[in-house]
Amino acid sequence: MSEIPRLIISGILTGSVYGLLAMGLSLQYGVARVLNIAHGEFVMLGALLVFTLRTILGINPLVAVAIIGPLLFAGGFLLQTTLFRGLKARAPAPAAFEGNALLAAFGLMYVLKYIGLLRWGSWPRTSYYLHYMVQFAGLSIRANQLLAFAIAVAIGIGVYLFLSRSRLGRAIRATAEDPATAGLMGINTNIILAFCFGLGALLACIGGALTSMYSTISSGMGFSSTVIALIVVTLGGLGSVTGSFIAGIIIGIVTTMVTSLWQPVLVIPVYYAILMVLLMVRPAGILGKK
Amino acid sequence: MDITGFISTHRKLLLVGFLILILIFLVSFPLYTRVYHLRLLTVILMYVILSVSWAMFSGPTGYMSLGTAAFVGTGMYTMALLQYKLPFPVVIAVGGLASFALALLVGLVTLRLKGIYFAIFTFGFFMFMSRTIMYVEGQIQGSRGQHIIPLPNETIFYTMLVVTVVTVLAIYFIRRSRLGLALLSIGGNEDAAAHMGINTTQVKVISFAISAFFMGAAGVVMAPNLIYINAGIAYGPSYSFMPILMCIFGGMGQLYGPVIGAVVFGYLDRTLSLQWATYFMLGFGIIMITVILFLPNGLVGLIQKLQQTRLIAKLLNRGKEKQNAIT
Repeated sequence: MSEIPRLIISGILTGSVYGLLAMGLSLQYGVARVLNIAHGEFVMLGALLVFTLRTILGINPLVAVAIIGPLLFAGGFLLQTTLFRGLKARAPAPAAFEGNALLAAFGLMYVLKYIGLLRWGSWPRTSYYLHYMVQFAGLSIRANQLLAFAIAVAIGIGVYLFLSRSRLGRAIRATAEDPATAGLMGINTNIILAFCFGLGALLACIGGALTSMYSTISSGMGFSSTVIALIVVTLGGLGSVTGSFIAGIIIGIVTTMVTSLWQPVLVIPVYYAILMVLLMVRPAGILGKK
Repeated sequence: MDITGFISTHRKLLLVGFLILILIFLVSFPLYTRVYHLRLLTVILMYVILSVSWAMFSGPTGYMSLGTAAFVGTGMYTMALLQYKLPFPVVIAVGGLASFALALLVGLVTLRLKGIYFAIFTFGFFMFMSRTIMYVEGQIQGSRGQHIIPLPNETIFYTMLVVTVVTVLAIYFIRRSRLGLALLSIGGNEDAAAHMGINTTQVKVISFAISAFFMGAAGVVMAPNLIYINAGIAYGPSYSFMPILMCIFGGMGQLYGPVIGAVVFGYLDRTLSLQWATYFMLGFGIIMITVILFLPNGLVGLIQKLQQTRLIAKLLNRGKEKQNAIT
């Protein structure tokens, strides 16, 4: 029975990274109204690019993120300014835009996935970083997971403070609330949307890089990352950044529990069971409005 | 009597004649082709079923279902489990009903909410099904996968043809029925549709389940073609992806849009993907994005646009002729 607390701790540590992924997705949907199901592919790209920099140039993954992150941010920024803005301009109604954007993201998912497959093949890669145990509060924990947790929490708090306190954050919240009025108040909503999309991609990249420190990565990891991020976002409430983080930790605990006490195959069925109950009982999520 | 006048006055008759010609061609197809082309056409017909039934629900409503694979796979597994117990036509109906029931369940959970929840739920749903089946197979038989007794290629082809014709006809009538109109009005403005007395949730759930019925039936017929299936093959993600691409490319405004898309991409998929699988999936993704961006109504939209411009040009010409006659 002493295993349970260890599993919970380990779940919280993995869950913090899930929370980070979901925050990015939540930001993209909440502000730009694009349900970016290619989100996991950004995670994959982040993880594999960091891996490549590490194996070829021997760069520390945390430094590599500082190089790769801005690249993916720029990628997300450009996607919003070209693809999704173009779709929005052509869409006859806001609802039609959401549907078309979803399908475009679906196409994008395939493009990124197969670019990854072409470049890196389908076999799994490992590039563990700080792979040893440390003693923490009477439990032995892997150092890389502890580091990932610390970074994820720091970034989570950072994004929260950025959104709630800074001037740009206020502009983002205003745009999410009512883009038309925000535009009239002098906010350049196009830039704001592109910024949020880029930020989502950046968070995905960081999430991928943190994952690569303690688990195997491959070009096929994007899909399951997207599924996890989607379920976490729904559980936390669509558009709620804090909710996403809390839900990430819940899903992290569930994942480690199911993997070690039951069977790894059942992780996704259990996610779906949770999602099903949630949608029937409280579709707005734990911290969503209404 | 000029030919354009004849075409415009007897349009319906010509259309029916054209369809009968296509049908005769399809029925006689096994007489003068090799096995390879027969199997190719079978796959194309399956994609026609999948994309026409996908477009039936997601086209007018705008509720994007990303979960076609879940229903195809369920059909395949129904075939694997019942192949010795029931005759083939009955299995097709049972497979369809199994998918129908599954879709009913999915619809009841998600379709009373906004479309975004439906998309989120269906996105990974095929994975839920395949993992659950993997677990159950592991528990019951201790191994993965099912063998399916192969049927003659002609039998599979003719069965698929019959299912295709039934599907297309059924969906043709559904589109013109009260249900089809209700779906259109939901896509136009869901709140207004509800105020007009449409039970929107019920309409959505029922029609989503009907579309899943055809997908399941297509899965059943496809299964003997594959001989061996496991959870990963039966619930392959491309069964979700390809129909969407086909519908987007063909356009969903008319019934023939998804059919054209299915024929084009079904052919490309089978002929090119063997050697170039990775590049072609990449290409399909790029085509999908490009078409959504520049041809939101697909080929059908393009054809209609061309027709309109030709009509306008014709009217202008007629006006000029009149002017000339007067002067």
